[in-house]
Amino acid sequence: MSMPFYVAPEQLMKDRADYARKGIARGRSVVVLQYDDGIAFATENASRALHKVSEIYDRIAFAAVGKYNEFENLRVAGVRYADLRGYSYDREDVTARGLANAYAQTLGTVFTTESKPLEVELCVAEVGRAPAGDQIYRLSYDGSVADEHGFVVMGGQADRLGGLLEDGWSPGMTLPEVLALGVRVLGSAGEDGGEVRAIPAQQLEVAVLDRTRPRRAFRRLTGALLEDLLATPQPGADVGTD
Amino acid sequence: MTPWTPGPDATTSGRLPHAFTTPGSSSFVDFLAGYAPQLLPGHRPLPTSEVAAPHGTTIVALAFEGGIVMAGDRRATMGPMIASREIEKVFPADEYSAVGIAGAAGLAVELVRLFQLELEHYEKIEGSLLSLDGKANRLATMIRGNLGLAMQGLAVVPLFGGFDLDRGVGRIFSYDVTGGRYEEHDHHSVGSGSVFARGSLKKLWRPGLDADGAVRVAVEALVDAADDDSATGGPDTVRRIWPVVATVTAAGYLRAGDEQLGEIVERVEQERREAHRGRGGAAR
Repeated sequence: MSMPFYVAPEQLMKDRADYARKGIARGRSVVVLQYDDGIAFATENASRALHKVSEIYDRIAFAAVGKYNEFENLRVAGVRYADLRGYSYDREDVTARGLANAYAQTLGTVFTTESKPLEVELCVAEVGRAPAGDQIYRLSYDGSVADEHGFVVMGGQADRLGGLLEDGWSPGMTLPEVLALGVRVLGSAGEDGGEVRAIPAQQLEVAVLDRTRPRRAFRRLTGALLEDLLATPQPGADVGTD
Repeated sequence: MTPWTPGPDATTSGRLPHAFTTPGSSSFVDFLAGYAPQLLPGHRPLPTSEVAAPHGTTIVALAFEGGIVMAGDRRATMGPMIASREIEKVFPADEYSAVGIAGAAGLAVELVRLFQLELEHYEKIEGSLLSLDGKANRLATMIRGNLGLAMQGLAVVPLFGGFDLDRGVGRIFSYDVTGGRYEEHDHHSVGSGSVFARGSLKKLWRPGLDADGAVRVAVEALVDAADDDSATGGPDTVRRIWPVVATVTAAGYLRAGDEQLGEIVERVEQERREAHRGRGGAAR
């Protein structure tokens, strides 16, 4: 009879975490930015059909990086969770916090009990009636949750891009301002000496949770509307960068 | 309604149950049927005898150039009693369609909520809207599931209409309690006052109506229904309660404002008053 090799739990978890992190780092980043009238999401994505940012409920949106089939599965589960909650109680009773908890439990359980962790990183955001009521949760492959304020970056090079956003973001920015910041950060030069890229509007997936909309706050920004927003001149926003 | 309780496959770990992560279905009703069937109206134990419950009455719908109008009176009755004078029976199903329901009011409202959610759920999961025929068929399936309750006097009879984005026209569908779905042309009406409303629509509807003209025809048909049917409520000029009237066009669902309806009701009543005085009898 052969005995299986003993593997220390620390090593087991570390291997799984490394595996998940490698998978996530391969994908392009998603930035989530709070602005005066809502929350904006932007990522580089040439596809018009396979989305990384989606609507979950009236005032809740979902953004993800990593393996498409895994986060798509979680997105559908989130829509079902939210719709069932809203149908059983009331539309007001569906919250980003509840959804983030359900996702955290799911990610955490898969991480510890199944042979392969989910190679995804998620963001669940809810827009409030005022900026103070906005909630942004960031969830990792191991089920850990972070309650973020202002902005979030997920995916490869998240630390470097987060640093850039930290310098550029301030409360009360307008939508064209945060979009310009987000796109500039997404196209910034990598650590390995890449060059600064200007990402064209056709290569971007952009969506917003607009707090001024009456019920369903989620809206995708595409085509001419997005080009106009990106072309809006920004007084003062670029000071010192050229 | 029964509060949401975890289904049979909920695990103690707190992760989302498998029913939530099973791929394949874009239907919320199918998801509920598998996970929490007690929340569906057709899956509950049937009442053993006829149930006395408030009933909603007359709904009219008509097509015009570029869309449809749907309107419903505001009365709910329970036997000879008026159960409500301000119930609403016409709702947006989604951005490009409207549903009006006659029959058992409680079930009707539950069914509308479920239907609205069904369309929104599909839209969120698939990232695109269902075709108008697809929406009409989903509603037929939901009505069919309610047949047992209909046999106990709790029938729900909807009228569905919307703007067909592919064809660029407004279309109207009627249903029977067995889930039969029939496309109607020009105009239709359901509910206790529908006989009178249909007669009125036949005389007032004409091709080439515009949106304002169609709203007026809808209001007038309801006034005619209320004239002869005790279960249909006419415009209440004392409390200023007007019918719910909505147009659905390429621009989406739009409910007519109280001011516009108040003016239309005023004009209709004025004309009838004058006609009555002129002929010295109950002409119209």
